[in-house]
Amino acid sequence: MIRAGSPPERETAGPGAGRTEAGQAEKPDSAVVRDALGVGIAVGLSGFAFGVTSAGSGLSVLQTCALSLLVFTGASQFALVGAIAAGGNPLTAAAGAFFLGVRNAFYGLRLSQLLALPRVVRPFAAHWVIDETAAVSLAQPTRRSARIGFTVTGLTLYVLWNLTTLLGALGAQAIGDTDAWGLDAAGPAVFLALLAPMLRTSTERAVAGIAVLLGLGLLPVLPAGVPVLAAALAAPAVLYVEGRRAARRGTGENPRPDTQKADGRQGEDR
Amino acid sequence: MNIWIAVGATAVGCYAVKLIGLLVPAGVLERPVVRRLAALLPVALLAALTAQQTFADGRMLVLDAKAAGLAAAAVALMLRAPFLVVVAAAVVVTAGLRALTG
Repeated sequence: MIRAGSPPERETAGPGAGRTEAGQAEKPDSAVVRDALGVGIAVGLSGFAFGVTSAGSGLSVLQTCALSLLVFTGASQFALVGAIAAGGNPLTAAAGAFFLGVRNAFYGLRLSQLLALPRVVRPFAAHWVIDETAAVSLAQPTRRSARIGFTVTGLTLYVLWNLTTLLGALGAQAIGDTDAWGLDAAGPAVFLALLAPMLRTSTERAVAGIAVLLGLGLLPVLPAGVPVLAAALAAPAVLYVEGRRAARRGTGENPRPDTQKADGRQGEDR
Repeated sequence: MNIWIAVGATAVGCYAVKLIGLLVPAGVLERPVVRRLAALLPVALLAALTAQQTFADGRMLVLDAKAAGLAAAAVALMLRAPFLVVVAAAVVVTAGLRALTG
């Protein structure tokens, strides 16, 4: 979902936010709840933008709401309706959305150690494993506060995201021509807002630049939805070139140490 | 019907990856190269999606009011505006330009 850019998230998951190290100071439950509510409400409201975009892309209100209820990971939802609007094959469209959702598996990895959930609870908790719940939970000092943060963020976000999705979809239907209201610009703006904080080093920028060239350049020659998947190859390509360069230098290390562990997103490997 | 297939496939796929993360033992996915790739994949996808949804009309490349809207969003991002303000800036500028140019 909307990981980036929203100020409350920066506060809760800022640099130096402690994690599970033993002996750290307890954090009052009310402070955790306040952090979680801040993220949940701010991001939950942006379901409105999704509802409008989805309905404007030709999905019915029911389909739009089904996406928010069942998929519940914002970037994937936006990607799917964008691909459908472009006339893509349903499975190609779903593949793009799926690849965007893969990062949630890495949040789950870290959260399962942090939250230590009983096995029976995991299938239910899994649905809430997204950017925001990971960011809030991983920023907490103790297991108790991480659990509170996860639950409150997840619940607030799930309820609001679905409510505002419905309102947005209904609103778009009432408006009619959503393009005249500039609402077709909401989708790309959402993607840009998600992308911007990720462009920290030249590696990320190189990946983004190549992906843009591939995504636009292949558009006229490949079926709808496929160019995005082809653009994803920019990631392994840049990693490969980077690895070769590091090997040539004989260090075996990445040329640039990254500093991405600040926001609870999957940090880098060192 | 086609749309429901896409909705269903996405729902199943996205839930599966979330659950896998919670269920697999730590260490399986923790290899550095896998983590690097997982961090870079969204960058590539989001960049391509941003460009396509701004500059593509079907299979043709176009330059229209949406490009100005995206530029407005970029400015808002540089000013560290909240998420909803970024989106609103894109929508308002795009709509305004379309209203002006008919």
